[in-house]
Amino acid sequence: MQSKYNVLIIGGGPGGAMAGKAVAEAGLSCCIIEKRPAIGAPVRCAEGVGQEISKLVDLDPKWISSKINGAQLVAPDGQVLELNPEMAGNEVGYVLDRKIFDRELVWKAANAGCDVFVKSRASSAIIKDGKVCGAIIETGGKTVEVFADIVIAADGVESKFARWCGIDTTVPMAEIETCVQYLMTDIDIDPGLNAFYLGREVAPEGYIWIFSKGKRTANVGIGISGKMCSEGKRPKDYLDAFIAEHLPNGKIIELMAGGVSACKPLECTVADGLIIVGDAARLSDPITGGGIINAMYTGKLAGSVAAECIAAGDCSKKALIKYDTEWRCSKMGKGLKRNYQVKEIFIKLKDEKLNSIVNSVNKLDMEIFDTKYLIRELVKYNPWLLKDIKTLRRLLD
Amino acid sequence: MIKVFKMLIIKREVCGYCGACVSVCPEGALELVDAYLTVDPETCIECGICSRICPLGALEVKNAE
Repeated sequence: MQSKYNVLIIGGGPGGAMAGKAVAEAGLSCCIIEKRPAIGAPVRCAEGVGQEISKLVDLDPKWISSKINGAQLVAPDGQVLELNPEMAGNEVGYVLDRKIFDRELVWKAANAGCDVFVKSRASSAIIKDGKVCGAIIETGGKTVEVFADIVIAADGVESKFARWCGIDTTVPMAEIETCVQYLMTDIDIDPGLNAFYLGREVAPEGYIWIFSKGKRTANVGIGISGKMCSEGKRPKDYLDAFIAEHLPNGKIIELMAGGVSACKPLECTVADGLIIVGDAARLSDPITGGGIINAMYTGKLAGSVAAECIAAGDCSKKALIKYDTEWRCSKMGKGLKRNYQVKEIFIKLKDEKLNSIVNSVNKLDMEIFDTKYLIRELVKYNPWLLKDIKTLRRLLD
Repeated sequence: MIKVFKMLIIKREVCGYCGACVSVCPEGALELVDAYLTVDPETCIECGICSRICPLGALEVKNAE
């Protein structure tokens, strides 16, 4: 490990890897540090992504556990709404194998010239005259100082690095989705379908998912709001009850836990010498909880803005703000803003209302496979929604 | 007189070291170090938010004497 890099990246997930690749390709020195002993493990994720991931990276079949060509929404009363792509059979997304996927993204960064160190953990920030100048790193039993023109915080949901730099990254209790997931095998599923189960009894202010990992295997998981969680009513309790009812003969071959933020993004995602990306910047989708693509997009953007600013000799907040402005104005940024408000509306809906929405139609052909399109379509069948919820119309324009 | 104070207990055999607790800690007292969770008792205010939201129930605020 050098004592000085142009860019130091905290965290070797998809956000950090994309940032490292972008910086290295711009010809600058950079280093990714990952506190775990292995990139990609343990998995803390349902691994689902939309097909738009192919805009960010050339997909390799070995990263993909399952190609998805439809979804099922299951209402609290058990009624099913089938969501199909407009062109039947078209792929709408993938369930990834994150252990392979994350590792390959870091390989791409390494091949471009980025240094990588595992089992190396940042324990504090180096700050001089209010500017972030590097990090103290614990590696192999030693404590070292690593300086950088810019630090990119890609340290995931924990988001400690930005906190050490004086930015409050605390997720409000009501806005953490607390999650448990099993990798299950020997279950009867359609390998091309992902299913979402809704309802207060099933998953209060969240949902249960069955994301196909291939033949007879799936990620079966749950997220519920932190404020609905308490002793005896933890996500694991709800998930175990669901499995006893729906998948009693399945075998659990992996247990994963996790937290996903469903709050607004950080107020500002840059500071002097610092850029924050992905989950660390609270950029996971407030409705779906998806964060992989957002982390990859902002990681890549952070890498290229960092390289530009270093070349121009100005790594101040004023220069780096370009990154913050660009993602906020992007399709992702606008989507996050809208979905936060839509989430606020939908978590308040009672089960009876959810039942009547889902039961108003039993099949939808989706021109675009996303939440905005879905909600727009559902409103067509449930015009009362616009009457009941005055703000909804504005959000769907 | 016995002074009763609270402290946060981490049940390592239950913890899935997912870091959800770290993200909600208002004081930054929790830290996920590789595959184990630590609490800085000096910083922890025993507010119990982490214990409330833990997906597996690995955290508990206990009275200690």
